Amino acid sequence: MCTGIVETAEVSGSGKGPQGWFKLEQVNVSYDHPSDAQLEHALNIDFVNQNEGPSARVAVELDPASARKLVEAILAALSRGEA
Amino acid sequence: MDPVRGRRGFFKPCKLQALAMHPYATDMYEGMLAETVMLQGYGGDFVNAYFARPLGPGPFPGVVVIHHMPGWDELYREMTRKFAHHGYLALSPNIYYRFGHGSPEDVAAKVRGSGGVADDSVIGDAEGSLRLLKSLPLSNKKVGVFGTCSSGRQAFLAACRLKGFDAAVDCWGGRIVLSKEELTPKQPVSPIEYTKDLSCPLLGLFGEEDQNPTPQHVQLLEQELKKYGKMYEFHMYPKAGHGFFYHDRPAYRQEAAIDGWKKLFAFFERYLRGPS
Repeated sequence: MCTGIVETAEVSGSGKGPQGWFKLEQVNVSYDHPSDAQLEHALNIDFVNQNEGPSARVAVELDPASARKLVEAILAALSRGEA
Repeated sequence: MDPVRGRRGFFKPCKLQALAMHPYATDMYEGMLAETVMLQGYGGDFVNAYFARPLGPGPFPGVVVIHHMPGWDELYREMTRKFAHHGYLALSPNIYYRFGHGSPEDVAAKVRGSGGVADDSVIGDAEGSLRLLKSLPLSNKKVGVFGTCSSGRQAFLAACRLKGFDAAVDCWGGRIVLSKEELTPKQPVSPIEYTKDLSCPLLGLFGEEDQNPTPQHVQLLEQELKKYGKMYEFHMYPKAGHGFFYHDRPAYRQEAAIDGWKKLFAFFERYLRGPS
């Protein structure tokens, strides 16, 4: 199904795309059809800069269990780093 | 003179007519032209489109091939050429044109992050495609509309909101039945509410294991079609879910896909090439 499920957030940082590093301004997180992962649905994360065109994108497509592991890993690293 | 490129193809008319109506024989002439063209779509904007057509004098029926959510991609180019291979003028507008250009998946990701493409925009581009196909001297003046997944929904919408299509094919179009909470500024009306305006016969191909549309969604649509006395033909495939035509995805179901394409072409032959 095409779920249309997407969450967005403003972010700042850098991402490395096909043209090299670029400034990130937004992350789009969706639960929908992936382009490459052999799954019917995936947790898709796109770090983008809308001002630099569609190719300014760092993309990952994860199965839901992997996405949860990523969330835990991020929170754990943040917790240790900010302690 | 060729209406699109200004040149003629080499053809044998008698053989080509046979090509359009029957399975191939090895002594038939076969030719096809597939290229990117521009057409005037929603709001008078020019958008690009992939146009594949058999060579020869025609007349040929047309099909507007609306691409799916993952983009104006290789799969949809293949499908567009498949229609041409079967004797149709097949035109696939880039409904994501206004979001910029890049790889199909990058553009699709941008559209996804922007909340999708607006229904009005898609309908405008479908209308421009319909107009272009009917204007061609090669056209037999009959045009169908086809889509899968999100574009199955859009094919249904186009067949309801536009006059001029002669047949429509909705392959597992989700989000045709929407609750008020699911409506968005870009999709402000649940498509099922347009059923009374459906202006041509509808073929629907669905998978029993699909989550959207669920078999219950399909039943609701069928009830509406019956209520308004519309011509339709629905097929629900067991052991198939969403996207069972997609040979590059795990959802591919060979038996259902082969049967679905057969039913699809039989349907288009009946309403687009048969006598009026």
